Amino acid sequence: MAGEATKAIPTKELWGGGRSPFSVSYGKMMMWLFLISDALTFSGFLGALAFMRIKYADIWPITEDIFYHFPFVGHDTHLPLLYVALMTFILIISSVTMVLAVEAGHRMDKKGVTKWLALTVLGGAIFLGSQAWEWKTFIHGTDHGSYALADGTMAIAMENGDLKMRDGSILTGTEAQNVKETSKFVQGANLHKNEYGLQLYANFFFFITGFHGTHVLSGVIINLIILMNVRKGVYHERGHYEMVEKAGLYWHFVDLVWVFVFTFFYLV
Amino acid sequence: MASGTAVHQENFFTKYLFSQDHKMIAKQFLLTGMFMATIGMIMSVLFRIQLAWPGEGFAVLNFFLGDKWAPGGVLDPNMYLALGTIHGTIMVFFLLTAGLSGTFANLLIPLQIGARDMASGFMNMLSYWFFFISSVIMVASLFVESGPASAGWTVYPPLSALPQAIPGSGMGMTLWLVSMVFFIASSLIGGLNYIVTVINLRTKGMTMTRLPLTIWALFVTAILGLLSFPVLFSAALLLLFDRSFGTSFYLSDIYVAGEALEYSGGSPILYEHLFWFLGHPEVYIILLPALGLTSEIISNNSRKPIFGYRAMVGSILAIGFLSFIVWGHHMFVTGMDPFLGSVFTFTTLLIAIPSAVKVFNYITTLWKANIRFTPAMMFSIGMVSTFISGGLTGIILADAALDITVHDTYFVVAHFHIVMGFSAVNAMFAGVYHWYPKMFGRMMNLRLGYIHFWLTFIAGYGVFFPMHFLGLAGVPRRYYTNSEFPLFDGFVDMNVMMTVFAIVGSIAQFIFFFNFFYSMKRGPKAPQNPWKSNTLEWTTPVEHIHGNWPGALPEVHRWAYDYSKPGKEDDYVAQTVPLEDGETDGEH
Repeated sequence: MAGEATKAIPTKELWGGGRSPFSVSYGKMMMWLFLISDALTFSGFLGALAFMRIKYADIWPITEDIFYHFPFVGHDTHLPLLYVALMTFILIISSVTMVLAVEAGHRMDKKGVTKWLALTVLGGAIFLGSQAWEWKTFIHGTDHGSYALADGTMAIAMENGDLKMRDGSILTGTEAQNVKETSKFVQGANLHKNEYGLQLYANFFFFITGFHGTHVLSGVIINLIILMNVRKGVYHERGHYEMVEKAGLYWHFVDLVWVFVFTFFYLV
Repeated sequence: MASGTAVHQENFFTKYLFSQDHKMIAKQFLLTGMFMATIGMIMSVLFRIQLAWPGEGFAVLNFFLGDKWAPGGVLDPNMYLALGTIHGTIMVFFLLTAGLSGTFANLLIPLQIGARDMASGFMNMLSYWFFFISSVIMVASLFVESGPASAGWTVYPPLSALPQAIPGSGMGMTLWLVSMVFFIASSLIGGLNYIVTVINLRTKGMTMTRLPLTIWALFVTAILGLLSFPVLFSAALLLLFDRSFGTSFYLSDIYVAGEALEYSGGSPILYEHLFWFLGHPEVYIILLPALGLTSEIISNNSRKPIFGYRAMVGSILAIGFLSFIVWGHHMFVTGMDPFLGSVFTFTTLLIAIPSAVKVFNYITTLWKANIRFTPAMMFSIGMVSTFISGGLTGIILADAALDITVHDTYFVVAHFHIVMGFSAVNAMFAGVYHWYPKMFGRMMNLRLGYIHFWLTFIAGYGVFFPMHFLGLAGVPRRYYTNSEFPLFDGFVDMNVMMTVFAIVGSIAQFIFFFNFFYSMKRGPKAPQNPWKSNTLEWTTPVEHIHGNWPGALPEVHRWAYDYSKPGKEDDYVAQTVPLEDGETDGEH
């Protein structure tokens, strides 16, 4: 292809091993490649979600009607998706603190790394706690419960004995009574039942947020280990804070994945 | 890794078991792969006996399977399904994925790019030991009371998802999944290492366009594995949840023994999508290393530069890319929208182009060459033959309209056994014969090699070629017996012939095993460069040392295929020889 040009450059000046074309160490490159493969694992799950979402487009539960709780403000307030948005915000902020930790590492500022890394761990821990609360709320379900209809949708049992259908219409009197007698009453959600509609919805909720949560948990643990090493001065002696950077790559990835989970599970 | 002169204190454990030296790890992969392949091969003979003489008792079946699974020497139907499943799993994953890539990527990548070792020796060791654990679990699953996994090597739900479905859906299936989790971890760790090593650790002058085609193929293979195995992991994890925690990802409205199960809404088609998104690249994870090894061996033994080096690299990349957008051709009969089917037909047929480029380049490399017929070369040419004959039926299967008529018949079995199984096994033998002197420092016996080749080659075609006719006649695959349908009575003799060939071919492998182990101790000592090859691995000393080269790393000045270059004294010029004034490098 470039015969003449190649000949013109003395071989000694050609790139000669030892240092990569991308100027990164092998460890950092491995982390990038691992993240690519992990991204594909998540793509598998999100692709599966999309497959089912499209298959059941008409009767897929409406997320705003499920996740409208907020801690400490009582049961009745209706704040759709606000808490999960706050969680997302906290997680993204923890990415910012991670960047600051890496930056402090470049300046060999041990105190700075310690501070920002500790804040990152804190952010991750708050996210995990929030997720546990979300799970608890979802598992517990509503006070009233619902009736599972044959077409896969749910009829919400209202306090006065009426039933609210998915399209908003209200069934009253004997009509409601008939439905109640022929349908199964469901309250709360787990892997086998879901009072908000399709069982698959609950399956995917627990599976995808659980798989992501496992990633966050391992990220928090990794960050903690790195934090202890930073405090011991391991990386200071080594002369560079590349381990913080590698842990940072993983942490940013976990945050980025959450953005996709948030988009495809909650928003779309 | 900076110095190759450091003295390593080694004991038995660090040298042979927990070695971090890539050459030793390559041998570990090879031996484990050979062990697993022997199990897979014996299994195939066992179920071929049933297919040739359905319902007849054979002492050999009773010997291997005992009274439980072969009472009176008659194969139990459940065990028949299990044998097919495990045979497929072992051959596809343990022999042709880990065995092939694991052996030759570990052996050749550092040696051919001029590196002291893999980027991370520790992770390399980890990769082998995960593979080892995976193999142990897979072998252990053969001995559980309810029998090994029986849902086919693709483990489609619901058979794989409902523990109560058939005996093989129980403990055996669980162990299958656990084994695959370790396997995926092993291939991921190994793949990361291969990619990073090729990118980061090439020696001075070893540009990407000077890489031997083996390395290109192994490099792209590792990328394919990195991108496709995670999706298999997703599929397997969802399957595990369906099995163990009662989710309904793949299950919907199922009755077992008249009783409705509590699943609703899931779809087994979802599993097929996820599985074949891995499954198709997996075919090329098997084939690309095979093509890479044969490229090197054919060029070397033709004493000619490989024809169209850049086209070869381009076709490897093209095959790698296309392999990700063709998975639907495994699913033409799942009720797929015909328009989507035609899209997958189109993308699948596109793969014929880079594949044909490779085949024509092999033929043009062989054309008018002064061919040296070593056993490795015989197997390589055999590989070109099987790649053509298996590839042609691939064109038939790529077409949705044609595929629907032969789907799930022996035609498909014939196709993938020839193009993927037989080809890759040929290439793996070629690789072992060619690089044996590098691995063990001794030469293998040529005469036994030729006998092994001809028996394997004839028996291989003898087993798989007649399957085309069975398939076109409509004989379905995976059936326990062919004698239930009077329609297929005419094929009884053909089935007997295939089984006889299978037995002959299997016995022939013991010639190879004998040659392999005998030469290890008694073979003639190998010279440093027995095949007069250009590549860097033959510049290392015959005795293995840590760090590969005793002194400084070699410097590369030319591509790997300067064979019979005009104006040169020898018919080969090693990559380390500097270019003369006015000499051009490669195919410029």
